[in-house]
Parts: sequence; structure tokens; C-alpha cells
Amino acid sequence: MTPIPKTKARLTIIGTGMAGMAGMAAACFASANHIDTVQVGVNSGMIYSSGFLDLMGVHPVESGKVWDNPWDAIEQLISDAPNHPYARLSRSDIRAAMDQFMAFLSAAERPYVADKNQNTEVITPVGTVKPTYAVPRSMWAGAKALKEKQSCLIVDFWGLKAFSAKQIADMLTPRWPAIRYLRVSFPAVGPSADLYPEHMARSLEIESNRIALADAIRPDLGDAMALGLPAILGIYKPREVREHLEELLGVAVFEIPTIPPSVPGTRLKEALDKRLVAGGIRMFAQKRVVTAEVQKNGSFVLSVGDRATGDVEHIIESDGVILAGGRFLGMGLHAGRKAIREPLFDLPVFQPPDRALWHQTNFFDPRGHGINQAGLEIDALFRPTDLAGRPVYDTLFAAGSILAHQDWMRQKCGAGLAIATAYGAVKAFQKML
Amino acid sequence: MKKNLKTQALIIGGGATGTGVARDLSLRGVKCILVEKNDINAGASGANHGLLHSGARYVSNDPESAKECRDENRLLKHMAPDCIEETGGLFVAVEGDNEKFIADFQGFCDSSGLFCRPMDVAEARAAEPALSDKIIAAYAVEDASVDPFKLVLENITDAQKLGCKFLRHLKVIAFHQKGGRIESVDLIEKITRERVSIEADIIVNATGAWAGQVAALAGAAISLIYSKGTLLITHSRITQRVINRLRPPGDADILVPGGTVSIIGTTSLRMESLDEITPTIAEVDRIVAEGACMMPVLETARYIRAYSGVRPLLGGGGKGDDRSVTRGFDLVDHARDGIDNFITITGGKLTTFRLMAEKTSDMVCSRLGVSAPCLTRRIPLISSHETRWAVPGFSPKSWFSAHERDDLLLCECEMVPQSAIEEIVGYFDIFNKQADLKGIGKRSRIGKGSCQGNFCSLRIAAYLYDRDHLRSDQGASEIRSFINERWKGQRCLLWDTPVIQAELQEAMHCGFFSLELCPDASLHSQKETK
Repeated sequence: MTPIPKTKARLTIIGTGMAGMAGMAAACFASANHIDTVQVGVNSGMIYSSGFLDLMGVHPVESGKVWDNPWDAIEQLISDAPNHPYARLSRSDIRAAMDQFMAFLSAAERPYVADKNQNTEVITPVGTVKPTYAVPRSMWAGAKALKEKQSCLIVDFWGLKAFSAKQIADMLTPRWPAIRYLRVSFPAVGPSADLYPEHMARSLEIESNRIALADAIRPDLGDAMALGLPAILGIYKPREVREHLEELLGVAVFEIPTIPPSVPGTRLKEALDKRLVAGGIRMFAQKRVVTAEVQKNGSFVLSVGDRATGDVEHIIESDGVILAGGRFLGMGLHAGRKAIREPLFDLPVFQPPDRALWHQTNFFDPRGHGINQAGLEIDALFRPTDLAGRPVYDTLFAAGSILAHQDWMRQKCGAGLAIATAYGAVKAFQKML
Repeated sequence: MKKNLKTQALIIGGGATGTGVARDLSLRGVKCILVEKNDINAGASGANHGLLHSGARYVSNDPESAKECRDENRLLKHMAPDCIEETGGLFVAVEGDNEKFIADFQGFCDSSGLFCRPMDVAEARAAEPALSDKIIAAYAVEDASVDPFKLVLENITDAQKLGCKFLRHLKVIAFHQKGGRIESVDLIEKITRERVSIEADIIVNATGAWAGQVAALAGAAISLIYSKGTLLITHSRITQRVINRLRPPGDADILVPGGTVSIIGTTSLRMESLDEITPTIAEVDRIVAEGACMMPVLETARYIRAYSGVRPLLGGGGKGDDRSVTRGFDLVDHARDGIDNFITITGGKLTTFRLMAEKTSDMVCSRLGVSAPCLTRRIPLISSHETRWAVPGFSPKSWFSAHERDDLLLCECEMVPQSAIEEIVGYFDIFNKQADLKGIGKRSRIGKGSCQGNFCSLRIAAYLYDRDHLRSDQGASEIRSFINERWKGQRCLLWDTPVIQAELQEAMHCGFFSLELCPDASLHSQKETK
């Protein structure tokens, strides 16, 4: 029997979602003295991402108050809810984290655009608008068109489900009278096929399909200054696809995300993976940490195994670990019938005292669900703490939605929370080296 | 502008009784309109076990009901065979159950004329391996399972074919009376707030637990006890037969199989109001614990839905277990309250719905001077084309056998195509230009698959916009109300995998679409019930 291979690393990041990726960016690329880091994780939650990077949009959630300035919102939040993970960071740290991650995204050829001190309203596939902080370059013209109420045409396709240009236009007409809709056939397929965004995106990387698409839209363009399409404008070459369509039609072209799993999420994940691989980063993709042990010297021994069988394939010895595995979907936490647990280290999990308090009777209850306040409590250095408030291990950190005392879905702070706390955790570890 | 309609009989309430009356009267040639403030089976008719009682449940404390059940059970097996699965049933006792009750059971069944066969414990466990090894007695009875949605859909569809009008989303707001008669009834449309006035020769109040409230609008009194019962649906079928606990009626003592699932319940909780009838975590935990006494697998089974209904029980406010109150029905001629053309039918149970409809229709006909006899004992209820999308398993079979090239599956879990959605929307009544996802859900399998509406609600809403069945901002409240309806059944069962699905659903519908920020007057925040 061959011995199980061993790897040594300074830092191991568990999780391949937004927090895991932001942690990798901060640890490996951001500073001159980068940390020797490995990453372990199964399916990335990023494929469910809309592509928007929320920072802070709604507070308090009970009143549904939407903030124009995310920094003011964070300040108010920290003063009202000093347990929120954002309260562990200075405003300049949060800003540096966002800037750093957006620079990383640009370097990975996925540029984002943000108004420095202002949230942006963006269009969702059900025709609602939501506040976010940064949007992919491919969606920026849509935010601008909405804000300036430009004459705009939204186009959808025969065969693409859950994306109705008429629905979006109908929903937005009261605030945006100059919005129209159009349905066309997707180039190179008849009206009979069931279309999937990823296939469509690949198809539009072929020049002739873009020309055919532009030809189909042109007669109905009218006085439109902006053209909105579902997010299918290429996977590997989104800029080229979009700019070519803009050139062909002479209007600004933008994407509206589709329902998950969507192309912007896949695009983001693939570009970041590529960037990490190009940087020589060791990744255990589609693997999970099966067991974790703490050595006498405080370092960790992690066994990494097959996602399904759990058969151990690799051992990692690591000085530090960042738990960035998300909540229930990401498997960072597990909810049983009696209690919520952190499965790897069995860390104390803050949670409502009773399952009856996990979920409200109204799914859309503005107060949010109690279960979303559950998670790991941390000290000022992002280390999970015990019931006495002391760090459980000196170099075990946590970042992202696994953290307690936040409701990223209602507060519209998911990406910012992931990016800023991952930055904070990496910085805290760096200080200890 | 107010719409005016005229009819011979106006039936209020779209549950088993109301739709049963609609079919019975229509078969006798009486013109009727059935109005319902929500949609079919919104009350107890849609929130029960789906048990066609043999009557054995009632032999010890309510022999009259037992005999009614016995007769209707045998009749309905012939009259509604497509809605019934002849599963047979067992009564089983476990260690510690009341020995005297066990000893008396056979005698009670005999004196009510019910079939009851003692079974060897080993034989019972061989037939139903999920039974606990702590079983100490077993009897075979003639229980069966009935699909209450199919039953009610078939009744109303048959009535409609015979000329009955069925108007959903219409709520009675006033009765106009003159000279001891109701001359007209005012109603309001739930979504459009449109007013409708209906003149009828006679009015039937078949609103189940709401019968007291509706009667009160006419100044008449109906005294009911509200008994809330909660039930759970398992992910897979646990037993072949109906399993009853052989003891005086108690919590979680009946397990009813139906198709690929089983239903375990109920609890019995006296309610003062009908405002918030949703399952609680405590009830769910109690049902799981009690059910596991008979079938230990229930302790670890995966549950897909919890729901609650209210039994409208007759009588004053007696103390003690509401299960001891008679399960008989009450047919009230409100001539006793000085209203000549107003009848209330309430109480009873799903098994006796046909009999209740027959007695009510007899009274209606005698008032109208119609001599045609009841035909629901003679003309079977045959599956109609219009109800086929609601049948589990029909959609995938139909899709795989043939479909148009440009048809698309909008519900991918249960394989419901857009052509089915279009057809179902076509059945909606004239007062309801807006198609509602919940209404489509009552008539198809959408939202009942593993995504629980998370994805199909979005695909169907988009399609309804494309077809002009939804307009302006209606989609946001449609998606919200559909998701929330599914949520009511999920929220008490969220652990392990379902909690993951709930998280994804919230990430999409709140995190991404921000639907929680959409103003919606119909969804006030509700207090957590513990």
C-alpha cells in the first residue's frame, strides 16, 4: 500500500466560495510577503452567485431601510449590532479588502465597477431591483440605464426559461417608462429547443452567432440607448462578446443575471481558479477535509479525502486554518433536528435555544429567520471562541457566512462580509507569523 | 362596476361538502353557483389524512358515525374508485396500551356491523415490516386511502360539466334579507377587489370550520368547536395499509399511505380562532415521537411536509378531549332563525362527505320543489380529462410518451410543461383574469417536487407574464405568496437536507431577488408561535 502523500503549508483555507476565494487572494497575491497557502473545497457556492458584490444595503432589516451609502450603513450597523462580524474590522480595512479583491478580479480579467461611496441599484431576473456595491463590468450599463431612465430594450429568447423580458419591463415600467421588451430566436437554434444560459454563452463566443443575434435585434432597436440581455454574453471572453455586440448595434449592451446557477457565477469561479492555478497555488478541488487534529505545537493535521466516500487521499500539515466553508449549503455548519453543529472541530455554535425559533412562519418576514443569526462567534482576530469568549485554538480562524450575528441575505452584505472577514482573518494570521 | 348573477342554488365553500353538494344538485338538474373565498380544499378538506374510514376508529365512542363510515366506505369504493386506493387497514396496540380497550374492540366492531379480523402479531409484522416489535395485538379492518384533492377536483369538474359555475376567490361580505329571505349575497374578489352580487333561490353554507362566521353574517347562529390537527407527510411510503393505534383516539395514532408517501397524524388542539392555523415545532416533535411507538422508522424518516387543518366539531364548549365530541354532521335549516332560504351543513368528515351532500341536496330540492332523486349513489365519479395534471406521475408519463417540439418543462421536478400550465389557466373562472400560482398548484404537481417551488415558481411566473396572464407588478406577490404557501408546510421540518434547500431558497428569493423588500399588504409579519 502506498503511503498517503503529505503536504506542508503555512495556511489552509477550507472553502471555495466567496470567502475562501477572497482569503486565497489576500493570502497569496495581495502583499509582497505572501503566505504559503493551500485550499480545500467541494462545489463552490460561487456558481449560485448573481455576480453582484454586495457590501451593505439594508439596515435594520425589520424596517427594510435601504441605504445609498454602504459605509454609512456599516457604521450604523456596527453601532446597533456590535456583534456583527463587520464590527471586527475598521472601515479602512473593509475598504482595503474590497479594493484588493476587486483588483484581484481585474487581474483575473473579471473587472468590476463600483461607485466608491454609493450603492448601485441593479435589475434582477424577476424584475425587482436590489442595492449592491460592485457589479461586473458587463452589467454596469444596465445600472446606469436604470438610474438615468434611458430608453432601453430588454431582449429574451424563445426557449430560455425563467427569464421574461416582458416581466422585467412590466415590473419596472412604473419607475422606468422608457423600457421595452422583445423576444427573438437564439441564433443557430430553432424555436423548439430548451436553452441553457451556459450553452448560449459558449455559443456567443462564436462571431457569426453574435452577428446573427445583432441582426435579429436591430429592426426593433428603435430609439433604445441601452440593450439588456440575459447574462449569456460569453464565458471566457465576456468583454469581447459584449463589445462586439455594442459595435454591431451602436448601443450600450448590458447583462441581467439569470436565476442560479448562472453564467456570471460560473465565469467568476473559472477565472479565479485559473488565476490561482497560474499563481502556482495548491488546490485540492472537489475534495473535503475529513478529519482535523491539533498538534501539541498548535499546528493542524488535516486529512483530505474524496468528497463522496471520504477516503483519505492526502494529509496536510498546516500552521493555521481558516474555516470558510459557509453555512448549511456549504457544509460549514450542520443543522440536525436538535441542534446546529460545526462538524469539523465541533466548535461551539451560537444558536437560538430552540428549533422553534429557527424559522419564522412567514418566509419573507422582514425580521429575518433566527437560524441566520447562528454561527461561529469570533474574537478580534477572527478566531472562533469558546463559551468564555477565549479563542478555541490560537491559529484557527473563521470567515464568511459561517460567522454568527449576521443576516447577509437580508442585509445585502454577503460578498462584503466574505471578502472583508477573509481579509481580516488572513491579516490576523500574518501578524502572528 | 358591480357584476350581478342569478342562480337557483348558491353554495358557499369549495371543500368536499360544497363540491359534493354542487355535483349532487347538478345531477338533479338544479342550477348552481359555487363560490369559494380561496380555492378548492382550502380548509379541512385539504388538510386531513386522506383516510376513508372503515368506521372502526369510532366504534367505541361514536357508533352512529361508525355506521355512517361503514356504509359510505363501501359505497365510495364503487362510486369513486379512481380516487381511492383499497389499502386495507390494521389496528395495532403496543406494549402498555389499555388492555381493556384491546379486549373490547372486536365486540364493538361486531355490534356496529363492521368487518374486523383478529391477526396474529407475527402475521401483522410480516405483512407490515415497519411495525414495532412491541406490537401486542392486531386487527384487520376495511380502511382505505382517498385522495381528497382528486376527489374534490373531480366533483367540481363534473358539476361544472353539468352547468354549475365555480367562482374562486370570492368572499361573502353581506347577505341582503327581506321578509325572512335572503334576496342577494354580496361578495368581493380577493385580488381585484371587484364586487359581485348573486341572487339565489336558496343558499347553502358549506364552509366547514367557517360555517359559524358565514352564518353570523346572516344573523344566524352555528356553534362550533375548532379542533386543530397537524399531520406530516413522509418522503417515502412506510406501510401498505392504513395503520391505526388500537387505543382511544390520541396523538399521531393513524398512518395512512397514499401513492408514494405516507401521512402520520394528528394532534388535537382546541383553537379559539381560525386566523393562524399552521403546524408548530412542538406538534411535529410530538407526532414523530408518538408515531415511532408504532413504527420506529418514523423517528429517522425524512418528512417532506407538515400541515394543519381545523375540524369543525359540533356542540357547545364542553371540556375534555375534542376527539370525544361526535364526528357526526349537522344540517341546519335556518328557518329556525327566521331565514327561509338558508341552510348550513357542517361537522362530519371526509368519509361521509357524499352523505352530507345528499342530505343537504334533499333539503334544497324539497325547498325548490324539485323531485329528482339523488344520483350520487348510482352514477360513479369517473376521472376527467381536466384533472389529470394533478395526478402524481401523470406529467412525466405524458411528457415521455409525447410532447410538442416547442413545449418546455416549467416544473422540472414533477415534469409539468408549459402547455399544461396554459391548459389549467384556461379553466380559471371569468372573475379571475390574473392567473395565480397557488391555483395552478392545486390543479397540478408544481411546487410539490424536491425544489418545493423554489425554481418552478420563477419559470412559471415568467411564462405567465409572456402569456399576459400576469401584468404590472403582480408577479412579485404571486411568487411570494406561492413560496410562502409551500413554506408553511416546510418550516417545521427544516433539519438536515431540507435546511440546506431552505437556505438556497432564501439566498435566491431574498438575497438575490430581494422579494422580502417588496411591499405586500397581504403578508403581514406574524408572531412566532411556540
